[in-house]
Formats: sequence, C-alpha cells, structure tokens
Amino acid sequence: MAERSEENVPTVIADRVDIVYRVHGTGAGRGPATAALHRILRPGKAAKAAGVRRVHAVKKVSFVARRGEAIGLIGTNGSGKSTLLKAIAGLLPVESGAIYTDGQPSLLGVNAALMNDLTGERNVYLGGLAMGMSREQIKARYQEIVDFSGINDKGDFISLPMRTYSSGMAARLRFSIAAAKDHDVLLIDEALATGDRAFQKRSEQRIRELREQAGTVFLVSHNNKSIRDTCERVLWLERGELRMDGPTEDVLKEYEAFTSGRR
Amino acid sequence: MSQVLHTPPHGAAHTGEDDLAALAARHGLSVSGARPGLPEYVRQLWARRHFITAFATAKLTAQYSQARLGQIWQVATPLLNAAVYYFIFGVLLGTKHGVDDYIPFLVTGVFVWTFTQSSVMAGTRAISGNLGLVRALHFPRAALPISFALQQLQQLLFSMAALLIILFCFGIPVGPSWLLTIPVLVLQFAFNAGVAMIMARMGAKTPDIAQLMPFVLRTWMYVSGVMFSIDKTLRETHLPHAAQVLLEANPAAVYIDLMRFALIDSFHASQLPHHVWAYALGWALLAGVGGFVWFWKAEERYGRG
Repeated sequence: MAERSEENVPTVIADRVDIVYRVHGTGAGRGPATAALHRILRPGKAAKAAGVRRVHAVKKVSFVARRGEAIGLIGTNGSGKSTLLKAIAGLLPVESGAIYTDGQPSLLGVNAALMNDLTGERNVYLGGLAMGMSREQIKARYQEIVDFSGINDKGDFISLPMRTYSSGMAARLRFSIAAAKDHDVLLIDEALATGDRAFQKRSEQRIRELREQAGTVFLVSHNNKSIRDTCERVLWLERGELRMDGPTEDVLKEYEAFTSGRR
Repeated sequence: MSQVLHTPPHGAAHTGEDDLAALAARHGLSVSGARPGLPEYVRQLWARRHFITAFATAKLTAQYSQARLGQIWQVATPLLNAAVYYFIFGVLLGTKHGVDDYIPFLVTGVFVWTFTQSSVMAGTRAISGNLGLVRALHFPRAALPISFALQQLQQLLFSMAALLIILFCFGIPVGPSWLLTIPVLVLQFAFNAGVAMIMARMGAKTPDIAQLMPFVLRTWMYVSGVMFSIDKTLRETHLPHAAQVLLEANPAAVYIDLMRFALIDSFHASQLPHHVWAYALGWALLAGVGGFVWFWKAEERYGRG
C-alpha cells in the first residue's frame, strides 16, 4: 500500500458525502411575516415551523480520485453534479461525511470577479488576481491569454470594455483567463460548450494540458462527446446517488441506454 | 429503469468509512473548505493584497466608465455636493451656528462622514451582495469588506482634492498641521474597515440589515456633529455627563473634528475633546482588530447553504 506509484496518489477523497440544501420561506407553517420574525429571533427552533425545506442533493457518495485522472460527471438535470463539484471546491458544506483534498481544488470560472465596464485588459489582471495569481505571473502570461482567447483576431478589442463584446467573445475571454492558472485539482462545469468550433478544439487541448500539469480534472458536461474526448473515468449521478463509477465507455453505454429509454 | 448498475469502482472507494479517512490521512489530504488559523489567514490575506487594491480601483473606475466626462466625475461629484451644501446652508439659510469658516467646516464634516457611512453601507453588502464571487472563487473573505473600505478611501482622496480647492477659495492658509491628515486617514480607515467587517458578517447572516442601516446611519450622522459644532453645543446646553462623554467619544465625531483641526486654521485645539488622539487610536484598534477576528471566526460559513 505504501509503495504506490506517483499516478496512484489520491488527490480527492469523498467519504460518504451527504449534501443538503435548506430553502427558506417556502410558505409552509405560519404566515410569512410571523415566520420571518421567528426565524430572526429564534433561528434554531423556528426553522421547522417556518417552513424550511430540505433538499437532499447528494446522498452517500464515495469515491477516490487520483493524480493524473480526468473524471467526467454525468447525470440528468438536477442530479447533483454541480452541487458535488461545489462541495469538492469547499464552497458548500457537507451535511455528513467528509471530502478530503490535496491542496485547494478550484472551480474553473472567474465570471463573478470580472466587471463588464472595464476593458478586457484590466479584466485579465483582475481575474488573474482574484484566482490568486501574482501580478508578475499575469504579466508573463498576458499575451498567451489574449492570443488564446482570439479576442484580438478581429481588431484591437482587448482595450475595449467587456460590455462591447459579443457573448461568444466574452465567454472565450472568461475561459482563457480561468484556464491561465495551473491548478492541483481543476473542476470544470460545462465550460466546453462556449465559443465556436475552433475555440472548442483549443479549449479541449488546453484542458488536456492542464490535466498533464495538474493533478486531477473533474468535468461536468451534458455533451457526451466532450466527456469521451477528455475523460477516461466517469461518475454517473442520478437523484444525488452515485449510480455508476467506471471507465468512460462502460458508463456512457449504460447512461445512453438509460436516457434513451426514458424518452 | 431501475436495474442495478452499481459496479464496484476500483481501489478503496467502497471499503469502509475508516479506510477512506485513513487513506486521506496517509496521503496528507485535508478537509475541503475548513477555516485556516488566524496567522495563516493573515498570511493568505496579505498574499491577496494586490487583488484587494485592484478590486477597489476597478469598482471605483467602473462607476463612471459610461459617462462622457469619465473620471472627471470623481472630483466633480464631491464639488457639486459641496456646492449644494453651500447653497442651502450658506445662501438660503445663512446659518453659521456661530462657527468660523462654516462652509469649509461643513464640507470637511460631510466628506469625512461620507467615508465612514459608505464604508459601513458597502461592508453590509460586501458578502451578501457578492455571493457569486464568494461561491465561485477561493480567497480570504475579509478581502471583500477591506476592499470596499479601500474603495471609499480612494473616493475620499478625490473628495479631498475637491476640498483643497474649496479651502483655497475660502482663503484658508496651508500649514504644517495639514500633515496630520495622514495619521487621521490611516486611523479612520482602520476603524471603517473594522466596522465594515463586522457589518459584513452580520449582513451575510441576515441580509435584512441592509434595509435597516440607512436609518441607523442617519441617526449616527446627526449626533456626529457633521453640521454643527459639538464643542459649542456642549458649552451652551446642559447635558447629563454620560451624554457628554458619549458625544465626545463618538468615533465619527472624533475623526471629523481631527480632520477639521488639521485643515482649518480657525478650528483650534481647544475645540477638540480631551484625549482625542487616544480615542482615535483606541477606536481604530478596537474596531480594526476586533472586527477582523470576529469576521474570521465565521470564515468557513460565508456564502454557504
């Protein structure tokens, strides 16, 4: 057990993870005004009476992800894929069980840190800093980011505010910024669907690079083709339960049978 | 539909609970999303200092990016504000409240008060208004309220530029006491950032506080001597001793009066309360350090659930 090769080192371990959302103000129990007052005054006791609904999004999921693996997460809408991803990133609390990680897994995405009123150039810096890169690192990668996004292919757009970009251009720049940093564990939520065909090809290439440099990549996608192209292992979640965990081809075959059977 | 598809995954994934925890321990994995210790937190925050300043500057710049005159509004807005106060209090009402150089007195008060007021307001929404950011990226959350307080400090510096124009117009001489503005600004910033962090934690738990804060802040403004001289009021009216102490120890009033003392030559040291620098330093330390520690204690809960 102790003499594992480098490739076998675990990077993410999920140990019987349960994730429960609490949704406030669903209207059950008392009237809204008194319910709200109760919630503020006696948060613990009043929670049940005030109509807090529990949504059990992920149920008893266990897996071990190892260095060098690219793992696809599939499942029908609302099956808990994105929730599980957020929990791995440490952005959602687990109800029971535990998630152990090597370093800090990061979600691929800087959308929230960017500002539409600023130029593309300033957003590259802002986004990079928000992800924890230093100014020097961003400066060194700046040209690479801009070239990768292809923003300047049709003129000097990088010095214009982001609000003037087309939605495809903005999405390409966002992905380029997010993909500029090397991550130990990288979590990607449907990011491959952005941009035109040429850009998608470049994105897949970049994800393969990230995967080689980094440890582990998790990819959530409804596009079975991009899962096939990037991942060799797939976790299939259905209604919050881990239904299958195995090599991409095996799991996708069952999944495709499952989804076509439902139609 | 419900055929059993559970194929046992490779490795230790489906052995018992203890095995997984032990496997994690053996390879030195840590629990995802746990709160770091205070020294580690300070170190992480320091590592993000460039993000804090870049975020503050970006917010400030974005404000006027759609306007034709652009960044000129940074100075023009406080100047226009001052003009309105001059029109109402100087021309229409003609009030002086027996204060020399009333307009510089008033404008200094308004600008310095606005710094505290906006920092507290922005702090209240620092977490609750940026949930997208908090839920997408990992960084010490204290970066947000501190960044918002810093944005207000930058805003105040622009206002100070406008203030200098006004002081010049009213013939107030430049003196060595102007250097005192620097320690005053540093102390007030520490105080504001601390209160912003306290409000950020409260606002993250109960966003409704943001609706309440304007009323609290307006009350606070009226007792802070923005439009009148506390010193003169205390001499002319008889208040209980406790009320006097409270009025004089009020941090907003302390910073406002110190700034007036630094900038306006007719505002003498005798108009300052006793131990005013001790108050200024005490509030800055109490709010700054206390607010930081209190904010850190809920670090792992921001933006969750």
